[in-house]
Amino acid sequence: MSNETHNTAHGHEAHNDHNDDHHHEEHHQHFFNKYVFSMDHKIISRQFLITGMFWAIAGGLMSVFFRLQLGFPEESFQVLSAFLGDWAKGGKMDPEMYYGLVTIHGTVLVFFVLTAGLSGTFSNFLIPLQIGARDMASPFLNMLSYWFFFAAGVVMFASLFVHTGPASGGWTTYPPLSAMKEASMGSGIGMDLWLISMTLFIISSLLGGLNYIVTILNMRTKGMSMKRLPLTIWAFLFTAVLGVLSFPVLLSAAVLLIFDRHGGTSFYLSEIFIGGQAMPNVGGSAILYQHLFWFLGHPEVYIIMLPAMGMASEILATNARKPIFGYFAMVISILGITVLAFLVWAHHMFVTGMSPFLGGVFVLLTLLIAIPSAVKVFNWIVTIWKGNIRFTNGMLFALGFVSLFISGGLTGIFLGNSALDIHLHDTYFVVAHFHIVMGISAFFGMFAGVYHWFPKMYGRFMNKTLGYIHFFITFIGAYVIFWPMHYEGVAGMPRRYYDFSSWQSFSQFGDLNKMISIAAIVVFFAQLLFVFNYFVSIWRGKKVTGEKPNPWDSTTLEWTTAADPGHGNWQGPIPEVHRWAYDFRENEVDGTDFIMQDVPLREGEEEH
Amino acid sequence: MSGLLLIILVALIFLVLYQLGQSSEIMATLQGEKEFEHKRNKWMGYAMLGVFAVLMIGFYATHVYMMPLIKDMLIAASDHGEEYDRMFFITLVVTGIVFLITQFLTFYFAFKYRDTGKRKPVFFAHSNKLEMIWTTVPALAMAILVAFGLRAWFTMTNPVPAGKEKQIVEIIGKQFNWITRYPGKDGVIGKKYFKNINEENNILGLDWTDKACKDDIVNGQGELHIVVGKPVELIIGSRDVIHDVGLSHFRMKMDAVPGITTRMWFTPTITSDSMKILTDNPDFVYELSCDQMCGKGHYSMKALVFVETQAQHDAWLAEQVPYHKLGFPDEYPSEEKAEGDDKATEEVQEGEPMAKK
Repeated sequence: MSNETHNTAHGHEAHNDHNDDHHHEEHHQHFFNKYVFSMDHKIISRQFLITGMFWAIAGGLMSVFFRLQLGFPEESFQVLSAFLGDWAKGGKMDPEMYYGLVTIHGTVLVFFVLTAGLSGTFSNFLIPLQIGARDMASPFLNMLSYWFFFAAGVVMFASLFVHTGPASGGWTTYPPLSAMKEASMGSGIGMDLWLISMTLFIISSLLGGLNYIVTILNMRTKGMSMKRLPLTIWAFLFTAVLGVLSFPVLLSAAVLLIFDRHGGTSFYLSEIFIGGQAMPNVGGSAILYQHLFWFLGHPEVYIIMLPAMGMASEILATNARKPIFGYFAMVISILGITVLAFLVWAHHMFVTGMSPFLGGVFVLLTLLIAIPSAVKVFNWIVTIWKGNIRFTNGMLFALGFVSLFISGGLTGIFLGNSALDIHLHDTYFVVAHFHIVMGISAFFGMFAGVYHWFPKMYGRFMNKTLGYIHFFITFIGAYVIFWPMHYEGVAGMPRRYYDFSSWQSFSQFGDLNKMISIAAIVVFFAQLLFVFNYFVSIWRGKKVTGEKPNPWDSTTLEWTTAADPGHGNWQGPIPEVHRWAYDFRENEVDGTDFIMQDVPLREGEEEH
Repeated sequence: MSGLLLIILVALIFLVLYQLGQSSEIMATLQGEKEFEHKRNKWMGYAMLGVFAVLMIGFYATHVYMMPLIKDMLIAASDHGEEYDRMFFITLVVTGIVFLITQFLTFYFAFKYRDTGKRKPVFFAHSNKLEMIWTTVPALAMAILVAFGLRAWFTMTNPVPAGKEKQIVEIIGKQFNWITRYPGKDGVIGKKYFKNINEENNILGLDWTDKACKDDIVNGQGELHIVVGKPVELIIGSRDVIHDVGLSHFRMKMDAVPGITTRMWFTPTITSDSMKILTDNPDFVYELSCDQMCGKGHYSMKALVFVETQAQHDAWLAEQVPYHKLGFPDEYPSEEKAEGDDKATEEVQEGEPMAKK
C-alpha cells in the first residue's frame, strides 16, 4: 500500500514539477531575454553599472585590506584571516598576498570599474537616447560586449582563489617579473588567468567601442548634426576611438607575454639568472613590453577621463542653467587630448634608461596636454559663472570633479617633466597624482552621472540627503587620504612597499599612514552607503512625475520620452532635432529657462 | 564577535541615515517641496564656501604637520639634487598659483551664483577673446616649464663633462638585494656573462678570462662608497627582474633592467658625517631603495650609501680584498708569490669557468 501511495504521490509530484518547469521556462525565457541576455542598450548599461559596482566594492575592499597592512604593520586583524585564509595566518597579511591585492585592485578599478563600469554604462545608456536612435547599431554585438566583460570578470575572480595566488606584479605586470613563475608566486597560474581575463576584456571593449563609434556616426536622428551633439556624446565618441586604436596594442603585448611564458620565446627576456640557474633566453627586451603596455596604458587614462569630463560638462551646464561655455573649444580640446594621448606614453618610462633626447620629446608632448586640459577647466568655471546654480547631487559631484581634476591634473605637470620625474617616479607622489585625477575625479564624474540619470534609468530619484552625505564624506575623505601622500612622495617614499619600518628614510610616517588608513575605511563605507541608496531607490525611491519626465529641466533628447520607454526608446516616431544641446535661454512659449532640442526654431529666431 | 558587532553597527548607521533621508523628504512634502528645496539650495551654497575653507585649512594643517617629518629628506645631497629642487620650486609656484585661483573660483562661483529664485542666468556661450587668453597663457607657462625642465634634464643625462675625474661603480640588482662592484687598481670594471653566475664565488658572473676582473671588488650587500665632490657614474644592471636604483637624497633614479645596461651619474655634495650633523641624527645613513616592483621582497631591498672624503674612501678601499682573491684563495698562496707569478696563476684561472661548468 505504502508503495502504491508513494508511487502515486511521486507521479503526482513529478507531474507538478513538470508543470512548474514548463511554466518557469516560459517565464524564464521572458526574464532572460529582458534582463539577462538583453539586447536593449538601457538594460545592458545597467548590467555594466551593477557589475562595475560589484568590482568597485571588491577592489575597494582589497584597498581596505592593504591599507590595514600599511597603516598598522605591527598589528593583526581577524578580518584579514577571515577573508584571506592562509594568506593571512593569524591575521597578518603575507607579502605575496599584499602584492596580489595591490595588483588586482589596480587592474579591476582601472579596467573593470572605470573603463567598463564608466564608459560601458554611460556610452550604452546615453548614446542612443541622446542622439535619437532606437538602439545601438548592433544590439547583438553590444550584448556580446557585456558578456565578454562578464567572462573576463569571472576569470579574474577565479584567479583570486588559485593556490599560488593572483597575479602580483602590479597592474602593469612588467616582465620579467610577470614572465617567470620562479620570480614570484603570482607569476604562476594567477598570471595566466590575468592574461586570459585581459584578453576577454579587450574583446569586450573593442566590440563596445566599434559599436559606439558606428552608432554615433550613422544613427543620429534627423537634424542632429555633429555640432548639435551634447558634449557627453563627443566625449564617448573619442573615448571609443582611443579604445579601438590602443587596446589591440595591449592585446599584442599580452600575446607576446603568453609566448614568453609558455612558448619558449624571448620577446621580453634576456640574460636572466633566476631560481639558481641561468635562463636560455637571450636578445629580448623587457622595455619593449613597457612601450606596448603604455601605448594602451596612457590612452587608457583618457578613456577613463573623457566620459567623466563629458558628463560633468553636461551636468554643470544643466544645473547652472547656462549653456556650456565654449562648446567648440570643448570639442577641440577633447580632440586635442585624444591625439596627444597617443603621443605621450613614454613619460611613464623616463627612468628606464631610454634615450634622453627621446625623453625630452616626450616631456614636450606631455606638457602640451596641459593646454587643452586647462581650457576645459576654465570653460567649466565660466559655465557656472553668473549661472543660477541648483545643487542637485549630480551637480555637487560635478563640482567636486572639477576641483579634483584641477588638483590631480596640476601634479601631472610635475611628473610629466622628466627632470622632476627622475626623483618622483614610483613614489607616493605618483600614487596621489593618479588616484586623485583618474581615480577619484573619474569616480566623481561617474557618481554625478548616476545621480543625474538615475531618474531616467529607473523612473525614480535617489535619496537626495544620502547623496549629500555621500558627497561630503567622499570629497573631504579623498583629500584626506591622498593630499598628504604628495609630501611622502616628495620625501622619496616608494610605492608598492609592504612595510616601511626597516627604513630610516621612510619610517617616520607611521601615524600619518594610520590616519590615511582610517580615512580610507570611512570613505569605503560611504561608498557602501551609495550602493545602498542606489538599490533601495530602485524600488522605494521617490517617483518622477509627468508623462515625459524631465526632472532637471534638461534640453537633451533622453528627456523627451517616457520614464521607461521600453526597447526602442520612443513610443512614437523619433523626435527631430532643431537646435543645439545647450539652449538655456528664456522659452517664450512656457516661460521656462530652457528650450529642448526637439523644439523647432521660432519664426525669426536664429540658431545659436 | 567584534566583527559581527561592527557589521551590526554599520547596518544601524545605514538605517539611521536612510531614515534621515526619508524624513527629509517627508519634511519636504510638509513644508512644500519648493520652499524646502529652496532652503536646502541656499545651505548648499554656503556649504560650498565651507568646503573651500575646510580644504584650505586642511592643506595648511597638512603642510605644518608634514614639513618637520620630511625636513631631512629635503636636503639635497647632490648637485643634480640642487638643480632638481630649483626646478621643483619653479613648478610649485606656477601650479600653486593656478591651483589657488581655480579652486577658489570653482567654489566661490558655486556659492555666489546659487539659485536664489531671483537670479536670471546670463546666456554666455562663448568668447573668442577669453578662450584665446586661456589657451595662450597656459601654453606660455608650459613653454617656460619645458625650457627649464629640459635644461635640467640634459645636464643630468649628458655624460660626465670631459676632463673631470670620475668614479665608476657597477650596481646590480637581484631578488632581493643589491650588489656593487668597484674597479680595482686598474680603474676598469671587467667583463661579465650571466651564464658564469654561481652563488658560491661568482655572484655577478665575472669573466675570469678578462684580466680587468681580477682586481675588481665586489660588495654583496650593495654598499655604495662614493666620494664627496667627485662625480660618480653608476653602471646599472639586473640579474633577474627589473629593479630600480632609487637615491632619494640625491634625487636620482634609474631602472636596473636584465639584459640592458643603464647609467646615471651625479656628484654627491654632503658627506655622511656632515649629514649626521645637519639632520641632528648621529645614526643618519643614506639609503638606496628599490623603486620598481620586483616581487615579494621588494619592500626590503635596501642598500646603504656612504659619502666619504677622499681620505676616508682611500682608507676603506685599502681594506677591501678583490673578489677573485676571496673566491679562489688557493690561487694566492702568499701575497709576494701571487704578484711574482702573475703568468702562472692566470693560466689556472683561465681554465676556471670551464671547470666550474
